[in-house]
Amino acid sequence: MSHLDQETDMKNTAKSSAPNKIDQYRRRFLGGSVAAVAGVAIAPGVFLQTVNAKPADQEVTANNRWGLLIDTTKCASGCSDCVSACNKEHGLREIHGPETDAQWIRKVTLKNKSTGHTINLPMMCQHCEKPPCVDVCPTGASFRRVDGIVLVDKHICIGCRYCMMACPYKARSFIHETLTDQLPHAPRGKGTVESCTLCVHKVDRGDGNTACAEACSHGAILFGDLNDRSSEISRRLATTGGRELRAELGLNLGVRYQGL
Amino acid sequence: MLLAILGFFILLGFISFVTMEHEGHHITGMTNQVIWGLPHVFAIFLIVAASGALNVASIASVFNQKMYKPLSRLSGVLALALLAGGLVILVLDLGRPDRLIVAMTYYNFKSIFAWNIILYNGFFLIVGIYLWTMLDWKVEKFSRIAGTTAFIWRLILTTGTGSIFGFLVARQAYDAAIMAPMFIIMSFSFGLAIYLLVLMASFKWTQRELGDVVIKRLKNLLGVFVAATLYFSLAYHLTNLYATEHHGIQSYILLHGGVYTLMFWVGQVLIGSIIPLLLLYWPNIGSNPFRAVAASALVILGGLAMLYVIVIGGQTYPMTLVPGYEATSSFLDGEIVSYTPSIWELMLGMGGVALALTIVFAALKLFRLLPVSLSDEVATGLK
Repeated sequence: MSHLDQETDMKNTAKSSAPNKIDQYRRRFLGGSVAAVAGVAIAPGVFLQTVNAKPADQEVTANNRWGLLIDTTKCASGCSDCVSACNKEHGLREIHGPETDAQWIRKVTLKNKSTGHTINLPMMCQHCEKPPCVDVCPTGASFRRVDGIVLVDKHICIGCRYCMMACPYKARSFIHETLTDQLPHAPRGKGTVESCTLCVHKVDRGDGNTACAEACSHGAILFGDLNDRSSEISRRLATTGGRELRAELGLNLGVRYQGL
Repeated sequence: MLLAILGFFILLGFISFVTMEHEGHHITGMTNQVIWGLPHVFAIFLIVAASGALNVASIASVFNQKMYKPLSRLSGVLALALLAGGLVILVLDLGRPDRLIVAMTYYNFKSIFAWNIILYNGFFLIVGIYLWTMLDWKVEKFSRIAGTTAFIWRLILTTGTGSIFGFLVARQAYDAAIMAPMFIIMSFSFGLAIYLLVLMASFKWTQRELGDVVIKRLKNLLGVFVAATLYFSLAYHLTNLYATEHHGIQSYILLHGGVYTLMFWVGQVLIGSIIPLLLLYWPNIGSNPFRAVAASALVILGGLAMLYVIVIGGQTYPMTLVPGYEATSSFLDGEIVSYTPSIWELMLGMGGVALALTIVFAALKLFRLLPVSLSDEVATGLK
């Protein structure tokens, strides 16, 4: 289990304490629930009640590989709804300008040098199967969950930025200033590196979608399980195909593009 | 007086560190595009030079050149001091320097950075033991084995430093196997240049005699290293010029890169290579000490310029997302990005240099690092 998961679970456990539930507490304690034991360890004498979230003891498995399919022919020029939605979801704000502000997702316009053909697409962490950021990270703070989501463990990131040097997609941002009012599900802090989490908190909550995909009124972003043959993303990839950016690097990306 | 000046620069470096950590890196010139900046140029220069500063000791211990034996102790101390100065810069530039202990306890062994942490710590240990065998006659018999271990270790260490860039598959300016050997030859050159300056200054200030024989030998050796560095740079650029996919970055660095083009041709090639080579080898243009001092100073300046071009120039050129297509975005995709180093970065870099020199001068006071004399008679007797 990742540190981020542990952190979220600990918060959930702490939030769920309530008095006058002695019998329930006893039952849970005797039942040896992992969550209850952890709760007792950090807050003795505090009572617990049921948490409405992904069970902490349910491990992330390699049965899923979460990914996105982006149809660039549907991605509208000048529209940045996905960017706004991501910023809102994770509490990203404009601070000192585009050079130092964090951008988890951005709209990129590609223009063919000879024909002038133009493509619009959203760019974010491509959630590689073999991520260069994970390879180069000295402490292991950059890591890939078995379900394909590439994350940064904010507890052991030392802020060396080698992952940013290594990322072929410029997907990562360094936090250049003190942040305030971060959201509980999106831990962020000065001096560490961050990037698109593929809305891991929503995935773990069972939402089955990302903020960017939900916000796209053009239907250009599709979230799904690449390992599930019957999922829409897999069916569409099988029928109409989808390309990886910088596929020559052989990283097997979780994000695929159509119309490139 | 000298220590006061060095102390002042160390203080400036410390102020810079505290300010950067308090405010965050937005006060520096570093951004999400130019990720590593001037501190890294200084840090990598010192770390690379540290390995090369050990040259003289290696020549004495590994290749058994007796004339270099009395020069070995300073060589070892300088190597440790330069490495300490470089690492301090690197650590204090981290986003979370308070987590240094994390870097020491969590290792991802696929990361060359993680290996470097081990290599740097090992270098302190091995060169420390090596120095001990040079300073204490009771363990002197282990000097050869310690020296050989240190020699092999520093080659691996600089391979690791060069591979920080060599292993970056994403960026066109890096991702080249030649980075590792090029950094080794750079280390020979920069390290010997610093060594020569420190050696001559310390002999002069302690009123010891340093004869022409030693200086001439070291200066000629420096010339070989300078030429070799230039050769590696030539091979790197020629190979990339051959491949059409690299024409963009090559024409950027060599022709249209503004300050980076200037730093390459004027800084690295002219000031850092051609003029030093002329100074070192052209007949009858001055005394050997003059040639050595002037050439060494220029090699150091050229070396900083070379690393500036590699580290920063390489980052300012955009990565290609889709071949044949130009990219634009709010995140400066497809653009040549600008970088202006801040005073904080300069202060931090200078602080590291000052720390390294302070360690050397403190060691010169505390230990008997220098021979009583290396006049021509003494040196010839050692041959």
